[in-house]
Amino acid sequence: MRRALVISIPYLWLIALFLIPFGIVLKISLSDPQVSIPPYTPHFDLSAGWAGIKDFFSKLDFENFIWLTEDDLYWKAYLSSLRIAFISTILTLMVGFPIAYSMAQAPTEWQPTLMMLIILPFWTSFLIRVYAWMGILSSEGFLNQFLMWTGLISAPLQIINTDWAVFIAIVYTYLPFMVLPIYATLEKLDPSYTEAALDLGCTRSQAFWSVTIPLSKSGVIAGCFLVFIPVVGEFVIPSLLGGSKTLMIGKVLWDEFFSNRDWPVASAVAVVLLLILIIPIVLFQKQQERAQEADT
Amino acid sequence: MSNDPFQSWEDPQATPLIRFENVTKRFGDFTAVDNLTLDIYEKEFFALLGASGCGKTTLMRMLAGFEQPTEGRIILGGQDIAPIPVNKRDINMMFQSYALFPHLTVADNIAFGLKRSDMPASEIAGRVEEMLKMVQLSQFAKRKPHQISGGQRQRVALARSLAKNPKVLLLDEPLAALDKKLRQETQFELMDIQEKLGTTFMIVTHDQEEAMTVASRVAVMNAGIIKQIATPDAIYERPNSTYVADFIGEVNLITGKIASGTEKSCKIAWEGGTITAQPREKLAKGTEVRFAIRPEKVAISAKKPAATNAVQGKVHDIAYLGNISTYHVQTETGQIIKAQLANAQRLSRRSFTWEDSVWLSWTDTAGIVLTE
Repeated sequence: MRRALVISIPYLWLIALFLIPFGIVLKISLSDPQVSIPPYTPHFDLSAGWAGIKDFFSKLDFENFIWLTEDDLYWKAYLSSLRIAFISTILTLMVGFPIAYSMAQAPTEWQPTLMMLIILPFWTSFLIRVYAWMGILSSEGFLNQFLMWTGLISAPLQIINTDWAVFIAIVYTYLPFMVLPIYATLEKLDPSYTEAALDLGCTRSQAFWSVTIPLSKSGVIAGCFLVFIPVVGEFVIPSLLGGSKTLMIGKVLWDEFFSNRDWPVASAVAVVLLLILIIPIVLFQKQQERAQEADT
Repeated sequence: MSNDPFQSWEDPQATPLIRFENVTKRFGDFTAVDNLTLDIYEKEFFALLGASGCGKTTLMRMLAGFEQPTEGRIILGGQDIAPIPVNKRDINMMFQSYALFPHLTVADNIAFGLKRSDMPASEIAGRVEEMLKMVQLSQFAKRKPHQISGGQRQRVALARSLAKNPKVLLLDEPLAALDKKLRQETQFELMDIQEKLGTTFMIVTHDQEEAMTVASRVAVMNAGIIKQIATPDAIYERPNSTYVADFIGEVNLITGKIASGTEKSCKIAWEGGTITAQPREKLAKGTEVRFAIRPEKVAISAKKPAATNAVQGKVHDIAYLGNISTYHVQTETGQIIKAQLANAQRLSRRSFTWEDSVWLSWTDTAGIVLTE
């Protein structure tokens, strides 16, 4: 009984804050836009009784989803989001793994400090940090000024309002989500695995690739999913730092919702986004289960 | 040891396979190994025995190549191995944690070292099969390490470290993770394998029983120094210092002074009387000594025996261990002397019990006189 009570808390949380809102969004995605408050129809009318409910359901349709397939803006935005998320996940991994590795190799008494430094940026508002990147990356920004001062370039580079600015900011923002799970895996890795590999004739780099990398796989996968999943729906970074050509689904959704005031289409976009993300989330869960099995 | 076919360490002509020459290892202020010199011969099963922190593991890690000596040289087969990195040394190690790669199968673990050697790929499978057969795990080749038992993992680790046929196999507390029964069985397996292959084995352990069982020679280490190197029986019967006598097995230590003595025999005066014993050398009168005698060499009787040495006392405590009992006998002067008797009869027919007045006795050759 007490167990059921304890288990029910996360379920209630999920139902109240995920399932019910999702049901509402799903319902809106099946509605039609209308100039009114709220800006869609039909509305649920209990006072009309059974006939009202039947009437309500008969007016729902998949029109908006069909529309998403007809206008190529949407699937292009989805593909572009996946592309940007994929590239930035790879970039974050390339930056994050060496950081996590050197943290795990650092003297034990240093490790809490290094961990602190990784988490420290979270103490400042995310939005402020993205604005700070605007200052760094703009044509008259610090980066261009510095590069021109060193003489590497003679004219400012156009970084802001390109995909590169988006990649840089995503790597910067999501780095801790990559570093922490990889560090956690590497840190508990028995150093005698590497020693055994060396003892059996591996060079340092062979030992790294044939033992350390495979054994840190679960941390790498966890870090990649933790970056990839939220980046697909990222809105703030592409809209502040990206260019007009940077197409991401989060931005499309925003425009649909606030500029077009087409709530039903915006909801349909959100539902499809969720369905797309469910695939990597399920894969992630499966992988975590396998990792847990291997541990026992 | 008379049943040992080789005793290279007795042969002054023999060249050792491994030689530690005045090796010192310091970690900051701490000296783990202190100016140590040690020879190990081919085909030996050599045990480094000591309490934790005595430097035995450091000594082994220097031989494997994970640590470099601060001072001194390590010579393997006539060659100073300091410049040879760990992956090029003809030495393999079996780790205490086994360090089996969890992402590889049993067969791939064994093949791991072979794939990085100059063995042609076509021969690797055969060698793996041979190693699996040696440790009787052929049917587990496809399993992952977490799918087999602790004892099987230990054997995989052994097979993996022997696969490259190294000159020396280092074993770091190889049986510490096994339960007692399995440990004893595995000790004999280890000895069989070592005998069959003729590889030099060096085992590091804190378990004296293990060291005594498997090794041809045992080195007792303490605080970075080797206290004694000898065959297991010599270590037990003729320890050279109080530390070794006390570390190996149970021992009664009686402090006294030499009252009189020749090279063959001496009398030790202690607070409970006089002991006649055979020293290893002539000891000057008045020398402070410790007389060490193993409990099983002390006889216990109700009446005064006709032995050379006899002490009267009262049974203070009895430790019943099943096959034997240890009697803690308190002498009139308050010292406790332990005597061990085999329980040849049932417990109910035991001759002595608590508070009984008894005589303890031993011959003049039973104990050993220690000056250190």
